[in-house]
Amino acid sequence: MSTEAPATPEVGVGDYQYGFHYGTEDYVFRGRKGIDRDIVKQISQIKKEPKWMLDFRLEALDIFFQKPMPKWGGALSELDFQDIFYYVRASDKQETSWESLPDDIRKTYDRLGIPEAEKKYLAGVKAQYESEVVYGSLQEDLSNKGVIFTDTDSALRDHPELFREYFGTVIPSADNKFAALNSAVWSGGSFIYVPKGVQIEFPLQAYFRINSENMGQFERTLIIVDEEASIHYVEGCTAPTYSSESLHSAVVEIIVKRNARCRYTTIQNWSNNVYNLVTKRAMAYGDSLMEWVDGNLGSKLTMKYPAIYLMEPGARGETLSIAFANHGQHQDAGAKMVHCAPHTSSRIISKSISKGGGRASYRGLVKVENNAHHCKSNVVCDALILDSASRSDTYPYIEVDQDNVAIEHEASVSKIAEEQLLYLMSRGMTETEASAMIVTGFIEPLVKELPMEYAVEMNRLIELQMEGSVG
Amino acid sequence: MTKKVRDGMSSLLKITDLHVSVEDKPILHGVSLEIRQGEIHALMGPNGSGKSTLAYTLVGHPKYEITGGSIEIDGTPLNELDPCERARKGLFLAFQYPVTIPGVKVSDFLRHAVTNVRNPERKDGESLIPMREFRKELKQKMEELGMDTEFARRYLNEGFSGGEKKRMEILQLAMLQPKFAILDETDSGLDSDAVRVVSEGVRKLSGPQMGVLIITHHERLLEYNVPQFTHVMLAGKIVETGDAALAHELHNHGYAQIRERHPAEAAEEQSRQNRPETVGVATAVAK
Ligand SMILES: Nc1ncnc2c1ncn2[C@@H]1O[C@H](COP(=O)(O)OP(=O)(O)OP(=O)(O)O)[C@@H](O)[C@H]1O
Ligand SMILES: [Mg+2]
Repeated sequence: MSTEAPATPEVGVGDYQYGFHYGTEDYVFRGRKGIDRDIVKQISQIKKEPKWMLDFRLEALDIFFQKPMPKWGGALSELDFQDIFYYVRASDKQETSWESLPDDIRKTYDRLGIPEAEKKYLAGVKAQYESEVVYGSLQEDLSNKGVIFTDTDSALRDHPELFREYFGTVIPSADNKFAALNSAVWSGGSFIYVPKGVQIEFPLQAYFRINSENMGQFERTLIIVDEEASIHYVEGCTAPTYSSESLHSAVVEIIVKRNARCRYTTIQNWSNNVYNLVTKRAMAYGDSLMEWVDGNLGSKLTMKYPAIYLMEPGARGETLSIAFANHGQHQDAGAKMVHCAPHTSSRIISKSISKGGGRASYRGLVKVENNAHHCKSNVVCDALILDSASRSDTYPYIEVDQDNVAIEHEASVSKIAEEQLLYLMSRGMTETEASAMIVTGFIEPLVKELPMEYAVEMNRLIELQMEGSVG
Repeated sequence: MTKKVRDGMSSLLKITDLHVSVEDKPILHGVSLEIRQGEIHALMGPNGSGKSTLAYTLVGHPKYEITGGSIEIDGTPLNELDPCERARKGLFLAFQYPVTIPGVKVSDFLRHAVTNVRNPERKDGESLIPMREFRKELKQKMEELGMDTEFARRYLNEGFSGGEKKRMEILQLAMLQPKFAILDETDSGLDSDAVRVVSEGVRKLSGPQMGVLIITHHERLLEYNVPQFTHVMLAGKIVETGDAALAHELHNHGYAQIRERHPAEAAEEQSRQNRPETVGVATAVAK
């Protein structure tokens, strides 16, 4: 088996809306396009993984090949699995401090405003560049408390038993085609273990981005929140635009034990050519609280339905999501709540905006198993359509095996009211500014849940989206 | 508060023979009006006579189509300008029915508004006025109007009572300091204390730098802000213009005498009320 010479990736012109784009010459390994057993073996070998992980990957690969493409959701026919790189490593070793990061990586993050986050949550920032975490500093305080916050590859190496106990238990490879793909070629992502009773006061953050043509990102995140512990994890993406298709297919597994709390916040702004097909699932045990806060902008197609399995009485699940579909984009997003135990409750709030011919769909499932009496579920979907070329759909699925439950579902579709525009414009705002303000207000219920810098960034992204109407 | 503006320097809002239609239905039939900075005008008239239509047309509501005549400030025509450009030229309307903008904080909204109106050349995305300065000014204005500063953090008009909405309009007036302010029934729906606060507020704010057009059915606001001119609208026309005494007379005696003196317009008013679709819309608007 031969490892090909590192290819120099083509670097496009800076057409990304933030206008940054730095050299990516330093790749150590870039493999080749396409997926087969050899590629999977190579990935595992380069990472010096134990045999069980190689077996896990190969089994997942078989499942991936067997599973048909999903027929629902968005159009996947242009996605060519053989035209994608499955593994790229930006730098050989883990960096420990901001200063020692390679220059071009640092410059890119500077443009994204990472330093502020860095200053504020010094210990919390983890930045994934290409496929692996190259920068991570863990606050001493955290490690003193026994918190493990590392990239997933290191976790496999350094915490093999803990890792093996939970890895793949929330989302088995056979769950869906993309979970299988991720399981076969996963690389990078975060691993977090919060020990019993430990409360992390500040949000832990990670930035991810794709920065190489045709490069898929298959990060794998695993979070275990032990009994009575709590964590807020924040992940954000902004990606430079490249011309050909690109695939992002992450898997996020979360276990929230008794009386614990976990909030997982994501802001994604993929470039318009990215297929963003993510499987996220949490298992919430007795009296715990799991919250997904999910903001999706950009991408060509996003299919993402963060799920919460409410496993024991008293477990609560909440999903708060927004999707912004602009020209050429389809956001098929939603949530899944599975009530497996009595006295569990869930809430889904979904907001979508479509503009310039974009399409936003809410797809959600509330499922109540037959022993799960006294469950409550509340679903609210609001869609805002900014022009007649754009589209919004709602696909709510409810499967209830139990009479003694309370399920509410409300949906609304609206346009920006002429009277609202007039009101703001009569106070000196341009039409664009006024529309942006109305949209910002529409998503405020989500934005106010974000840490400060993310809220600011989110509002800035919305403003950028509202500028220069396409289509 | 402000120095008296010398005659030649004060701005003029000039409305000439204005004809306006809504959805192809003519509502205003030739309205002419001149308001100078520093003057107070009252506009009265029965329900449905076209007062709000005039107000909306002045600020550039896209539904109100100008089919004839002109609106100018100091000779510059406004007819073709959008509401944003008109606001930046110094026009302000306190709405009869202010809308709610969910999720938008009063302070964010006002900071944008103030920045734009004070820098008419501003482009989208350019910086806003400094936060500290703005906060200080806002706090001061809110206190002057007896408003709880907590309102700055609330979402614009969301869950506001009728009276609170009207006060919010006056707060905006105070922050934006337009050359010309149109107050469309800012005094209705208020309890008597609130009427006093709003009336005093308007009195403090108006002055040589502001021309005010007060649309009202009541007298209180006019007692605090005595108009030099009172105009009476009937069926889309200004049929009479007088001074403060006219307002007083209308208040005491209603519009019967006006209708008698202007039989043609009274007849037009009558026929409008018999048009079924008009009645329907009027109820919808009034809600
Ligand atoms: N948006 C609209 N669509 C249809 N008809 C309208 C609209 N706006 C105003 N009209 C009609 O124009 C006429 C004048 O209405 P306008 O609101 O200007 O009256 P007004 O003098 O302000 O009355 P009020 O004292 O009740 O506020 C009414 O017959 C009304 O139904
Ligand atoms: Mg009116």
